[in-house]
Amino acid sequence: MSVAITTAAPTNPAPEGDYVLEARGLSKSFGGFHAVRNVDLKVKRGSIHALIGPNGAGKTTCFNLLSKILTPTEGQVLFDGQDITGLRSAQVARLGLVRSFQISATFPHLTCLENVRVALQSSYGIAYSFWRSLRALDSLNDRAMQLLAQVGLKAQADLLATELSYGKKRALEIATTLAMDPKVMLLDEPTAGMGREDVEPITDLIREVSPGRTILIVEHNLSVVANLCERITVLQHGEILTEGTYGEVSSNPDVITAYMGGVDDE
Amino acid sequence: MTRYVLFAALGIAALAAPFQVYPILLMTILCFVVFAASFNLLLGFAGLLCFGHAMFFGTAAYIAGWLLKNTAITIELAFLAATLAMAVLGYLVGLISARRGGIQFAMITFAIAQFIYFLLLRAPFTGGEDGMQGIPRSALFGVINVSSSFTLYYLILAITVLAIAAVYRIVHSPFGEVLRAIRDNEARVDSLGFNPVQFKILAITLSAGLAGLAGAMKATVFQIATLHDVSWHVSGTIIFMTLLGGLGTLAGPVVGAALVVVLHDYLAHFGEWALIIQGSVFLAVILFMRQGIVGAAKALYRRVVVRS
Ligand SMILES: Nc1ncnc2c1ncn2[C@@H]1O[C@H](COP(=O)(O)OP(=O)(O)O)[C@@H](O)[C@H]1O
Ligand SMILES: [Mg+2]
Repeated sequence: MSVAITTAAPTNPAPEGDYVLEARGLSKSFGGFHAVRNVDLKVKRGSIHALIGPNGAGKTTCFNLLSKILTPTEGQVLFDGQDITGLRSAQVARLGLVRSFQISATFPHLTCLENVRVALQSSYGIAYSFWRSLRALDSLNDRAMQLLAQVGLKAQADLLATELSYGKKRALEIATTLAMDPKVMLLDEPTAGMGREDVEPITDLIREVSPGRTILIVEHNLSVVANLCERITVLQHGEILTEGTYGEVSSNPDVITAYMGGVDDE
Repeated sequence: MTRYVLFAALGIAALAAPFQVYPILLMTILCFVVFAASFNLLLGFAGLLCFGHAMFFGTAAYIAGWLLKNTAITIELAFLAATLAMAVLGYLVGLISARRGGIQFAMITFAIAQFIYFLLLRAPFTGGEDGMQGIPRSALFGVINVSSSFTLYYLILAITVLAIAAVYRIVHSPFGEVLRAIRDNEARVDSLGFNPVQFKILAITLSAGLAGLAGAMKATVFQIATLHDVSWHVSGTIIFMTLLGGLGTLAGPVVGAALVVVLHDYLAHFGEWALIIQGSVFLAVILFMRQGIVGAAKALYRRVVVRS
């Protein structure tokens, strides 16, 4: 069994109106509290799309709804033309909609190589073989090393993830997500908590892996957003405030008041 | 290199031991080594705290005992039957409990174990408070006589080695890799397209089977199966042994089981003091060696040998 090599498969330029991910009237309430309210979101195939907004606006909840970790109170999620509202998160991941987490989500007591290899196992088909030696996974190691090299972790392949610096942990997470060869990646604050010196490599990395994929990203660092994203949706109090290019959004007076208020309390 | 020397020394010691030490004591250690290894597979490598593991150990002792007493079954088939029966029970327990994590999982497994305890207390074949006595040590493969404790020891030793090898293989398999990932971060494993519950059910099934094997061996060692083997005392003891030895290491359960059994045996002369001494040892290890004895020894080894 071979594993597909996935370096930026060239895609045909997406036709106008080709949306790979779509939310229709998405709402989620916790008790009586509406964390997400009637959100309509369309993410164009092949684009890098940002979801921004002050703390508590409902961005992570939106991600949880799109990746099916949470079930919406109302509304639908469409992925690649298919209604995925009724699916479980693992099924959605197998279809190619893979997310990362706001808090670092590595496997601390696995080596970096194993971290990535677990994700590769997902499509390898022998994950239940408890009687086979780990050597049965040797054919995944090349691909795992390639992914580690891509995020600059080749030398750390045999270190435990817990021994990595914070910035490197986030890089490892991206390598693990990439191992799924996702059509759509949902990245929840990939640069949060990072030192200045780590932000740029991660931004470059995201741009580097974007061809042939669609990326929806929650990001507080506006220069990262300006740098990467062609389309930006602003969320406030669980509702969409506005949507547009960085230029359009950043000159919108509503956004300035709403967003500036939110950024300050971080 | 040091590893092979250690293995060789351990092997020779294990083979020579019954010439020096009472074989029943040695076999008791081995039964608990297998039992603790099965428990460690769940807690150390899947992050599941089963607070009713004695249900597999004790029930298997009754099953093997009943088969040996009432049928012409050979000893290895009695072991196999008890192992498989407990794997089935483990699968059912997994179906009920694997969706829950942490303290909820511990509570559910505890409740199921209590339920099974009362079932066995009422069951006609268990002998109630007296236990099931006079379990014969039927011949191995129907030909090799293992009725003396001395020869039985070598059978139990061989099975223990196989059981530890099985745990090693499970931990170092494609399945084991995913299982360890679930222990570290279940939500992330789910987001990578796996169904963690299925993996946990399989882990519980395998662990229960091994615990059953340990219980079946114990039934032939003491030639008796009792309600005590199903009780929460034994479930607690196995947690104690595993934590003492060191969680998530392969040698931990071996060291923990040996130490506790020997301590029990030695402290038997001290009556009431036994509990106090045992408690003090546990407290000292928890306070000063959070990784257990094997974890602490590994850390020391790294500091002394690797750093110097
Ligand atoms: N599981 C939950 N139960 C109750 N309230 C929640 C839950 N998850 C999020 N919330 C609330 O929903 C709101 C949006 O949270 P979140 O989506 O995390 O915001 P953001 O990611 O934009 O900072 C917050 O007020 C938060 O307290
Ligand atoms: Mg958030």
